[in-house]
Amino acid sequence: MALSAVSEASGKMTFARGVHPHDQKALSADQAVEVLPAPAAVAVPLLQHTGAPCEPTVKSKDAVALGQKIGDSKAFISAPVHASIAGAVQMLSVATLPNGRHVRTVPIKAAGEQIEGRALWEDVFGGDWPTSGLDAHEPKAIAEAVRAAGIVGLGGAAFPTHVKLTLNPSKPVDTLLVNGCECEPYLTADYRLMLEAPAPIVAGALLAARACGAGRIVLAIEDNKPAAIDEMRKAAGAGVEVLAVRTKYPMGGERQLAVAAMGREVPTGGLPLDVGVVVINVGTAAAVARAVLRGKPLTHRVVTVTGRGIGQPKNLLAPVGVRYGELIDYCGGLTADAARVVAGGPMMGQAVPSLDTPITKGTSGVVVLTREDVRQADETQCVRCGRCVDVCPLGLVPTKMALAAKNADWELARRYYIMACCECGCCAYVCPARIPLVQLIRVGKAQLPRD
Amino acid sequence: MADERDNPKQAARTEQAAPQAATQVAPGPHLFGGGFSTRRMMLDVCIGLLPATVAAIIVFQLYAVAQIVICVASCVIAEALFTKMRGRALTIGDFSAVVTGLILAFSLPATCPWWVSVIGSFAAIGLGKAVFGGVGQNIFNPAMVGRAFVMIAFTSFIGASGYVAATEGANANVTQTIPWQFSQSLPDAITQATPMETFKQTGQVTPLVKLLLGNTNGSLGETSALALLLGGAYLLIRRVASWEIPAGAAIGLLVVAGIDNLLHTSSDWTVLHHLLGGAFLLGAMFIVTDPVTSPLTPKGKFTFGAVFGVLVMLMRLGTNYPEGVMFSVLLVNAITPLLNRWTIPRPVGGPTPAPAKK
Repeated sequence: MALSAVSEASGKMTFARGVHPHDQKALSADQAVEVLPAPAAVAVPLLQHTGAPCEPTVKSKDAVALGQKIGDSKAFISAPVHASIAGAVQMLSVATLPNGRHVRTVPIKAAGEQIEGRALWEDVFGGDWPTSGLDAHEPKAIAEAVRAAGIVGLGGAAFPTHVKLTLNPSKPVDTLLVNGCECEPYLTADYRLMLEAPAPIVAGALLAARACGAGRIVLAIEDNKPAAIDEMRKAAGAGVEVLAVRTKYPMGGERQLAVAAMGREVPTGGLPLDVGVVVINVGTAAAVARAVLRGKPLTHRVVTVTGRGIGQPKNLLAPVGVRYGELIDYCGGLTADAARVVAGGPMMGQAVPSLDTPITKGTSGVVVLTREDVRQADETQCVRCGRCVDVCPLGLVPTKMALAAKNADWELARRYYIMACCECGCCAYVCPARIPLVQLIRVGKAQLPRD
Repeated sequence: MADERDNPKQAARTEQAAPQAATQVAPGPHLFGGGFSTRRMMLDVCIGLLPATVAAIIVFQLYAVAQIVICVASCVIAEALFTKMRGRALTIGDFSAVVTGLILAFSLPATCPWWVSVIGSFAAIGLGKAVFGGVGQNIFNPAMVGRAFVMIAFTSFIGASGYVAATEGANANVTQTIPWQFSQSLPDAITQATPMETFKQTGQVTPLVKLLLGNTNGSLGETSALALLLGGAYLLIRRVASWEIPAGAAIGLLVVAGIDNLLHTSSDWTVLHHLLGGAFLLGAMFIVTDPVTSPLTPKGKFTFGAVFGVLVMLMRLGTNYPEGVMFSVLLVNAITPLLNRWTIPRPVGGPTPAPAKK
C-alpha cells in the first residue's frame, strides 16, 4: 500500500465558530478501564445501528456462547448482533432506547462459566497486534469480516462500518481519518483506550485503510489530551500520522474534523466519502483489528460512567445489552442530587427514562447530571442577539430555523437550509433567552414535507 | 418499521420501570454555557450608559436627573400598562423598558418639558414596542420612535431652537420652558447652541477637546464623547453590542465626512469633529446596536452600520437638520429584514442540494 507524502495539504487544525464548554474530563480521565463483572442478564437490542433491524437467529431456551450470533439481516446497511454473555436465551422482548425507538431485544440469562476481569480485557484488547504484513488481507475479506463481527461506529452514530469500508469505484478514497477527538464534555472512553490499548487501534486503522483503499492514515486527537497524543505517536510508527487538533466542540463531528484535519468541506447532504475521506472512531478501529485478525465479534465496549451525580466516576469495559442501572450501581450509585441520566455526552446525548434500558454498541458514556447542572431558567423572547449565528459550526442561522419550525413555515425553513443542521447543540448552549433551539429544529426537520 | 411487540404481556412486564431515584427526561443539549440572560444583557447596557449619565449630570445637573427619572419611570409604567391591556404577563423585569427610557432621556435636550418626556415615553413603548407584540418583536428602535413622535409633534421644544434656553438673558426663557425653578446658577451650557447647530448656522468650530469632554450643549447623552467611548467599549467587551455595527458606522461616516473634508479644505471642521460631535457616538454604540432591530449575520451587521453612518452624514450635510442620528436609525431599522435576507450565510459544505428527481 503506497503512502502519500505526509506534506500534502492539511487543514488549519481548527474550524470556524463552535463553542468551548468546560471539558469536565478530570472526573474520570485518570480512571484506568475497569472490567464490569459479568451481569446476571443482558438484553441485546436487535436494532442498535443506523439501518435495517436484525431478525433473531435464536429462539427462547437456546443456549448461547459468548460471541455467538443471535440476530442478522439481509439488508446491506445493517449489522448482525452477538451474545455478550454466555447463557440461555429468554423469551424475546422489547425495550425503548433513549432515542425513543421501540426495539426488539434478545434477553439472555447468564449460565455457566463467564470470562471476567483481566482475562476479558486481555481477550478483547490484549496480546500482540501486528502492524506489518497486513496487506495480505484482501479488502473484500476485511469488509466481510467487519460485517460478520457486527461492527458499527462506536463514536455514537452507530453506522455499519463495513458499508464505509466497501470499495466504491465511483467514489475513490485517499485518506482514512481516525477520530480520537472525543469532543463531548465528560467522556473519556476513547482517551483511556488510546492510553491503554494503542496497538489494536493502529492495527485496525491499517486494516481499514487497506479495505477502503486509502493511501494515507491520519489520527486526529484534540490537544487537551497530550498523554494520548504521545502514546499514539509511539505506537503509530510511520504508517499513521498523528495530528493534534484544537480543542473545540464539536471537533469530533466528521464535517468539522474533515475541515480541521484535511481542509476539505463535506458537501451538505453528502458524506465524507464525497471528498475522498472515510472517518472511523478509535474504538471502531480496535474492533476492526479484533474482527479481522482474531475473528471475534463486537460484544463489549468501553463506557465512561461519570458526572457529579454518580458516586465514583469510572471507565468500564461493559457488555452490550447490560442495563444502565447495573453500570450506575457498580460506580457507587446515584447521589442525592442526581437529576438526569444522559446516554452519551451532555451536548448530543439523550436522557434515559428508565435505568432498566440496555446499553447499545453506540453508548459511549453515561453522564449523570445534578439538579444544579440542569437548572432550567425560563424561556424568554428571542431578541435576535445573533449569538447562535456566531457559534453554529455549519454557518447556519439557528434562530430562523427554529422560528420556521415553530410556525411550520417550510419555505422559510428551506431558505435557511434546515436540513443541513447536524443538531450539535452549540446554538442552544449559548442562547441567552434559553430557547430550546435544537429541539425546535429537530421537530422541524422531522416534519418538513419531502417533495 | 418491523418493531411490533412479539408478546404484549411480556412487553408490558419489561416496560414497567423499577422504582428508582427521581430522574427527569428532557431534550438535549443538557448543558448551558453561561450566566448571561436577556436581563443581564439589558443590565449591561445600563452599566455602559453610566459614564454618559455621570457626564450628563455634571453638565446639566438637576435637569439631567429629572429628565432621566421621568423618562425611565414613564417607560416602565407604560410597559406595565400596555402589557396588562394586552392580557400578557408583566415583562418589566427584563429591564428593556429601563433601557428604552434611558436612551430616550439621553436623546432629548436637557430643557425639554416634563410632559414632552412623558408623552415621548408612552409613544416609545406603545407605538414602538407594544403594537408589534412586545420585546423582541419590534421593527423600529422604540426610543427613536418616541423621539420622532415628540420631535414632529412638539417641534419648538425638541428642534434645534429647543436646545437653547434663551437667546438673550439666561433666566428669562428658562422659567418659560421649565415650570419649576432650579438653583440660582444655571449651567452655561444650556444657553449656548449645540456644536452642530453652531457650525451649521455660523460656521464656528468647537474645539475637539470640548467635544471629547463634553462641556457643550446638546441632548443629554451626546455631550461627552469620552464617556460614550468608555461605555461603548464596555458593551463591546461584554459582547452585548456586536462590534461590526459601530465599526461599519464609523467607516460609513468617515468615508462621507472624508469626501466632504476634501471638498472643503478651508474649513476647520474635520472628520474627527463629525465623529465626536453630535449624537453619532451615542447612536452608533448604544442605539443602533439594539439587537432586536439590527441584522443577525456579521455581514448584515457591518452593512447596516455602514448605511447608518452614511445616512447620518447625508443628513448633516444635505439637510437643514444639524443632526441626523434619529432618522438614520429609523431608516436602517426599516431595511434590517432585507439585509437579513440578503446576507444569509453560505453553510459549510454549500447549500442543501435540491431533492433528486425520482
